[in-house]
Amino acid sequence: MILAKILILSPIIGFLINLIGGKRLGKVSGIIGTAAVFISFICALLMYRKVLSTGAYDVPLLTWMHISTIHIGFNLWVDELSTWMMLIITGIGTLIHLYSIGYMSHDKGIGRFFAYLNLFIFSMLMLVLGGNFIMLFIGWEGVGLCSYLLIGFWFKNVEYGHASRKAFIMNRIGDLGLLLGIFLCIQTFGTINFNEINSIAAEDLALKASGQLGLFQPYIYTAITLCLFIGAMGKSAQIPLYTWLPDAMAGPTPVSALIHAATMVTAGIYLVVRNAALFELAPFTLDFILVIGMATSILGALIGLFQNDIKKVLAYSTVSQLGLMFVALGVGAYTSAMFHLTTHAFFKALLFLGAGSVIHSMSGEQNILSMGGLKNKIKLTHFTFAIGTLAIIGAPFMSGFFSKDEILEKLYNHSPIIWGFALTSAAITIIYMVRVYTLTFSGNFRGTKEQEDHLHESPSSMTLPLIILAILSILGGVLNLPNLIGGLSSQKMGLWLSKINSLKAIPAHVNHLSHSMEIMLMLIATALVIVLGSFSYFKYKKQRLTELSEPRRGFSLWGEHKFYVDEFYHNIFVKPLESLGDFFFYYIEHYFIQPITFGSSRIAYSAGQLLRIIQNGNIEYYLVYIAIGAVLVLSLSMFVF
Amino acid sequence: MNLIGFENYLWLGSALFCIGLLGVLVRRNVIILLMCIELMLNASNLLLVVFAKMFGNMNGHIFVFFSMLVAAAEVSVGLALIVLIYRKFRTIDSSFLDKLKG
Repeated sequence: MILAKILILSPIIGFLINLIGGKRLGKVSGIIGTAAVFISFICALLMYRKVLSTGAYDVPLLTWMHISTIHIGFNLWVDELSTWMMLIITGIGTLIHLYSIGYMSHDKGIGRFFAYLNLFIFSMLMLVLGGNFIMLFIGWEGVGLCSYLLIGFWFKNVEYGHASRKAFIMNRIGDLGLLLGIFLCIQTFGTINFNEINSIAAEDLALKASGQLGLFQPYIYTAITLCLFIGAMGKSAQIPLYTWLPDAMAGPTPVSALIHAATMVTAGIYLVVRNAALFELAPFTLDFILVIGMATSILGALIGLFQNDIKKVLAYSTVSQLGLMFVALGVGAYTSAMFHLTTHAFFKALLFLGAGSVIHSMSGEQNILSMGGLKNKIKLTHFTFAIGTLAIIGAPFMSGFFSKDEILEKLYNHSPIIWGFALTSAAITIIYMVRVYTLTFSGNFRGTKEQEDHLHESPSSMTLPLIILAILSILGGVLNLPNLIGGLSSQKMGLWLSKINSLKAIPAHVNHLSHSMEIMLMLIATALVIVLGSFSYFKYKKQRLTELSEPRRGFSLWGEHKFYVDEFYHNIFVKPLESLGDFFFYYIEHYFIQPITFGSSRIAYSAGQLLRIIQNGNIEYYLVYIAIGAVLVLSLSMFVF
Repeated sequence: MNLIGFENYLWLGSALFCIGLLGVLVRRNVIILLMCIELMLNASNLLLVVFAKMFGNMNGHIFVFFSMLVAAAEVSVGLALIVLIYRKFRTIDSSFLDKLKG
């Protein structure tokens, strides 16, 4: 009980101290912010032990509202899933806070930065710990706000401000879906508590499995889950709401690592897993998720292939990997998606922090065409970035290998065609990630002389998180080894997560793949990594700046321009809205609203001008007015009434 | 006992009140204004007593005591204000005191 309270309160206290302290704290703010998250991490570890020994428990904080039959309380639900998310959030959060001390040391707004980061951790913990939809929604909006504030952290740059607004508005579209989903839940089930909803859904699943009619019509579940998924689309950057995530790279790099790679964007996955029983009742939604996830995965990877900004590539890679997680959700492989979420959090945070270290040493340069040959200059960063790259492309026995393989296996089990699509996406991932690595670290230096002289390894507060994350990226696979290696009990994470209420209700998917087939799939993936990895490495290693910066043609030009999706949205949505706004401004405002408002103020003004004549400050006049008034009142009372 | 009729007292009180009111309206000297206000106050006191006697009700008598008490306080404050006004503006002619013009 007290642990959960400390866990939640520690970041918010850090936030308040940094907010009030502001600039006065200087560098101390980083230590305060990091310590606040570290305390949460310790609490999360202790809570993990408690859940391990005694199982899930509820922490009621207080009752918020009680409307007829709906009880809305602030209660935290600590179970296997929320503990898992908590550990990721606070663990990686601590590392990234530590990294930010070094990364942001030259920035004047460091206090503000850590205040926002702590607020983010608080909101994210609320999101994953909330025992009902309203708590989740508060956290959901909180992380959206922090994302907005941190993308626009350097608000003096107009472009960055636009990027933060774009992220905020696109998230609002998704949030509307989530909110409608919550309302539908209230209307249908009369409750917003996850456990109650899950038990209703479990009952319905059991009824339908035994051939009975069930409690509710399928279309109700489809409507609810579609609305919830729209929320997930916005937060987790799926087609059509993904365009904000690459623009979100305007924020400082630790923000990209923490919010836009490891934690916040996975909230959509969490939402689906948390309500897996509901989604299981709506096969249409699952298919929809599958299609959207697959399309996003491939589109993100394709765009990533043609980008030259190191952070943009990683952003599109995040979009693509999130798509892959949704694909896994779409075939009902909930724990596999959570496993990939976890390993992705490790290696993508590592890659982003590595990219931040590169940018730091390149004095702010983000274009990979101007890098190259950094291998010998910043050895530690190079080493960890290489590990991250190997992990994301799924090199054998790295964490990404196991998590991606598990998803691919489940997809093959579902349908070989889907497996083929996912493998394509994975193949493109291999090419562009190796491309980024090669262009950044191999070959010759292509930047300016000044940049070359200034190259330096980052301070130890930045390299320590890199090393820890690199170790996690290598060993993360141990969390959930495939059956092949250690039998059923080796899937520790899958077994751990299958204890949560929503997944308990779902009948286990039958795996009818033989062991030799599984080995076959692994070998195909491994062969792909070796062939495409070396192809990409040797293709980009020798290229010089002139070759690289040749103007692109055809398909790759499309890719470089992100397939013109932003322009499409701009023409379809933004421009009509702008002209509508112009219409209202130039016609309605000028000819209708302004005359009314200005006219009323003018009337008040001239009335005042008239009345100030009698207000001449001379007491005699006032006395006369009093006398006249008294006479009037008296005569009225005598003669009229 | 009632050698003089009540209506005479009423006439007297009303006349004193009107004199006071007229004085307030036409005079410029702030001290005179204050005196006239006192006159109006006392006229109403007188009327209160007369009415109390007329209707045989003690409330009017008691009320007058309070009224006189308040009047005493009011005069002291009022005179102090006039002294301060004189010190500040070097005049007690009310037509020059128009700082509150709106």
